[in-house]
Amino acid sequence: MSILVIAEHHNGQLADSTAHVVAAAQAIGGDIDILVAGDNAAGAAEAAAKLSGVAKVRTADDGVYAYQLAEPMAELIAGLAGDYSHVLAAASTHGKNVLPRVAALKDVAALSEVIGVESPDTFQRPIYAGNAIATVQSNDALKVLTVRTTAFDAVDATGSAGVEAISATVENTLSRFIGEELASSDRPELGSARVVVSGGRGMGNGENFTLLDGIADKLGAAIGASRAAVDAGFVPNDMQVGQTGKIVAPELYIAVGISGAIQHLAGMKDAKIIVAINKDDEAPIFQVADYGLVGDLFEVLPELESKL
Amino acid sequence: MKVLVAVKRVIDYNVKIRVKPDHSDVDLTNVKMAMNPFCEIAVEEAVRLKEKGVASEVVAVTIGPKAAQEQLRTALALGADRAIHVETDDKVESLTAAKLLKRVADDEQPGLTILGKQSIDTDNNQTGQMLAALAGMGQGTFASEVQVEDDEVQVTREVDGGLQTVALKLPAVITTDLRLNEPRYAKLPDIMKAKKKSIDVKSPDDMGVAVASSLSVLKVESPAERQGGTKVASVDELVDKLKNEAKVIA
Ligand SMILES: Cc1cc2nc3c(=O)[nH]c(=O)nc-3n(C[C@H](O)[C@H](O)[C@H](O)COP(=O)(O)OP(=O)(O)OC[C@H]3O[C@@H](n4cnc5c(N)ncnc54)[C@H](O)[C@@H]3O)c2cc1C
Ligand SMILES: Cc1cc2nc3c(=O)[nH]c(=O)nc-3n(C[C@H](O)[C@H](O)[C@H](O)COP(=O)(O)OP(=O)(O)OC[C@H]3O[C@@H](n4cnc5c(N)ncnc54)[C@H](O)[C@@H]3O)c2cc1C
Repeated sequence: MSILVIAEHHNGQLADSTAHVVAAAQAIGGDIDILVAGDNAAGAAEAAAKLSGVAKVRTADDGVYAYQLAEPMAELIAGLAGDYSHVLAAASTHGKNVLPRVAALKDVAALSEVIGVESPDTFQRPIYAGNAIATVQSNDALKVLTVRTTAFDAVDATGSAGVEAISATVENTLSRFIGEELASSDRPELGSARVVVSGGRGMGNGENFTLLDGIADKLGAAIGASRAAVDAGFVPNDMQVGQTGKIVAPELYIAVGISGAIQHLAGMKDAKIIVAINKDDEAPIFQVADYGLVGDLFEVLPELESKL
Repeated sequence: MKVLVAVKRVIDYNVKIRVKPDHSDVDLTNVKMAMNPFCEIAVEEAVRLKEKGVASEVVAVTIGPKAAQEQLRTALALGADRAIHVETDDKVESLTAAKLLKRVADDEQPGLTILGKQSIDTDNNQTGQMLAALAGMGQGTFASEVQVEDDEVQVTREVDGGLQTVALKLPAVITTDLRLNEPRYAKLPDIMKAKKKSIDVKSPDDMGVAVASSLSVLKVESPAERQGGTKVASVDELVDKLKNEAKVIA
């Protein structure tokens, strides 16, 4: 078995998710290579070479891979895939954008959001918003998988793989990068934070989200939100937790003014401990909460902040 | 410019599914079905492009059993001009769906094909990307804004870090995210009118695509149940439990 892991990186910095994907590759077993494609991505390649269990890092450094648009990335990966039995990436918006395109170019199925590896060809993945877990076997010679990073513990960074440049490059006449608006925050990333505090429609407006700041500061937490809070414009889209937003599995998840719709639960029910703060004692969120506190969030939050 | 929209019949998003006792699949007997919410957004976007004069015709397509015509009628009531039903009772995997959609696109030559970003049953999030690959087109996935200008479409995409905007050469493929638009409700007169619009029925055989699958589902299980439901009476009790019982804060 030989596995190609697609690294995710931003501005030369390797994303945390890659170390989790390497862990999933180790669960499959075999030689593991990492592909770092980008424009001036040497820093990310260096970090990838340190991930333990990696045989070699292959780099494709060219302007065409800047912003890692799906069209050139998929063509590059499909060209390399002949050397491998598996191609893996994180089930992030990036991985989900690129890998299905690779799979179709290679005429094989893709498996999304893999949460368990039973054998090199048999995997587990959630369906129906996590209300069922399917065990799926792939009969394709090449397996193309996106991996839910919260389901695999990151490998450490004690390795020293060799780095090798790929000379071939591709052309992209289909798409062009125009711009981006990235949220900047001093807080930990939602997907990897130890504690997540999320606000829902019950927060009332965007300003009230500052009530969560003090608590998040004290707990070193990331701040998330329900879809209703994002749709209402309280907070930006990158904070949405749920079936169609981000999946989180922190040690502690505090849901404030969130009712607990199945689509929201799909994104957070693997948290170790769930706390719910809601004024409606029949809100469904209480059914999954380890500790539920019935009360008005405008009274509870300041008191909680002062007592932490 | 013609716009092709793919719509899928799935369980209603309010339904909480149950796994069959023999673990072969989920139990969908007598479960309420509906159009996949992301496909509703796709139809809405196509209809708005027509209302703006950008699109000349909106064609809805579905792949699925006879009953999936209900979802095509919904699309027609929402403003699609005509529909294509690729009828099959088999479970259709994303790659096969993409191959069938590619055949339809070969015939129809749409300037844009709009799909949902994921269907809420399989949560695959694959079909649009696969179609774009097979058709050799650019892809604007997870779209929250779409703007057609001359021979290009600009798509603002919801990505993990925020928003990214790309320009794609037409023809192109777009998949919808939640905030692209708010779909309208079909009005009664439109529902009546939709009954007269045409649905062209084809089979995968006619189209020369084999509905084969390289994936087999070995079993389907329920996830581990959470033991929730405990309430605390005060903030003091909450803080105490988090510190001393759950030991998740210091
Ligand atoms: C296709 C699809 C995908 C979706 N994907 C997602 C997703 O990824 N993530 C997601 O979150 N949702 C998603 N949803 C939406 C989901 O169905 C719910 O609508 C949403 O989660 C509700 O958000 P909420 O709990 O904040 O709002 P509500 O359901 O309105 O709940 C607000 C809660 O706040 C409480 N409250 C109000 N005021 C106070 C107060 N002063 N003090 C304390 N409590 C208060 C209320 O009692 C209530 O329980 C999706 C829906 C669809 C159809
Ligand atoms: C428990 C379970 C077991 C299954 N077992 C099998 C199996 O053994 N073999 C098998 O082949 N399949 C099986 N399936 C079905 C198969 O996984 C899905 O139907 C397939 O993945 C279709 O892609 P998707 O809807 O997930 O695509 P997504 O990529 O999530 O859908 C995105 C968009 O693509 C478009 N689209 C997708 N499908 C259609 C369609 N039919 N018509 C029109 N537009 C569409 C829509 O616009 C949709 O919003 C199984 C499904 C389940 C839940």
